Amino acid sequence: MSYEIKLDVFEGPLDLLLYLIRKNEIDIYNIPIALITRQYLEYLDLMKALNLDLAGEYLVLAATLLHIKSRMLLPVPEEEDGGTEDEAGDPRAELVQQLLEYQAFKEAALQLDRRTLLERDVFKRGAPPEALPGEEGEETPIEADIFTLVEAFQRMLSQLDQADLMEIDLERISLADRINEIMDSLALRRDMTFAELMGEQITRQRIVYTFLAVLELMKLRMIRVYQAASFAAIRIFIVGEE
Amino acid sequence: MEEDIAILDALIFSSETPLTVERMREILPQYDRQGILGLLKTLAEHHEARQGGFGLCEIAGGWQFYSRPDLAPWVRKLKAGRPQMLSPAALETLAVVAYRQPVVKADIDRVRGVDVGGTLKGLLEKRLVRMVGRKDVPGRPILYGTTKRFLEVFQLKDLTELPTLTELKDIQA
Repeated sequence: MSYEIKLDVFEGPLDLLLYLIRKNEIDIYNIPIALITRQYLEYLDLMKALNLDLAGEYLVLAATLLHIKSRMLLPVPEEEDGGTEDEAGDPRAELVQQLLEYQAFKEAALQLDRRTLLERDVFKRGAPPEALPGEEGEETPIEADIFTLVEAFQRMLSQLDQADLMEIDLERISLADRINEIMDSLALRRDMTFAELMGEQITRQRIVYTFLAVLELMKLRMIRVYQAASFAAIRIFIVGEE
Repeated sequence: MEEDIAILDALIFSSETPLTVERMREILPQYDRQGILGLLKTLAEHHEARQGGFGLCEIAGGWQFYSRPDLAPWVRKLKAGRPQMLSPAALETLAVVAYRQPVVKADIDRVRGVDVGGTLKGLLEKRLVRMVGRKDVPGRPILYGTTKRFLEVFQLKDLTELPTLTELKDIQA
């Protein structure tokens, strides 16, 4: 038996099954289960022989195919309630439905890839290669806990210019305002460090309110806070889309 | 009028993210939504008529300049880095999330017939997919949806611009 080897690995058992159906030019609504099951199992053997990592899902579908095959060999029980239903009684129906659904999404994926893509087909003005969270250098962000936040808070406080403390207008800031300001900045930037959130006019009150606002937003799950390592910059990410 | 179009031109030029009409209206309060859209239309036509290297596009709920797709080979040389490609597995997973959102992981697993844990994590890290909530069933599994960045990367105005899955079936037929 000569194999036609498709070397790019299948995206999963359904993908392999679709490939076999297409290769044999079979009507998806009338799959010859015996033939397809045999070819499917041959492919699994081949993949094993090639030392391809055979995921458990392939075996699950193999079992499903064998189950369908055995059910098709059994005589259909004569009318249970309302006569024999050819369509609903077809043991292949569920699998066909699954294959059609998968095929639709596979096509949808291809359509997505055919679009003009940012950073592949079109480019933004002066956009740096976008550093994704988790890809900045070799640091992997860890979720910052309350203590790292408190540390950052204390560090900001210690950097204060004491002389400016006398100038504070106590009425000027509220927690709600700070929360809104922070969400506004994050809506534009998506992620910011704690220091960036502080802005330029650093006062003790502003730090306190920023800190409280960050805690409140964390509690509301509107932002997420990461720190790459101890004492590294704390990065704040927006969770929602506005 | 001409001056206001130039102002919009400058605003969009200076914005790092797609600029929303609402934001433009805050800066040019004398216009209503329709007024701004009218200016944008004229501005987009200006840029088109100019036949320059970039044009004005409405993407992800805002407006931004993008280089012309046919000029990509040259821009890519400037960028040096290889374009970020998504694997077929990642694209399939993303497609399921995009069309079925909000969707739980188990449903994506079922559609694709494989465990999508790894690819889903990758999509979350690339900020193409995000957690949008929890499903109100036992175990309260996480619901996933696409992000604004997804719209930006795939150059979509909004989710309704995705072809419907039934349209896809017609293509196959």
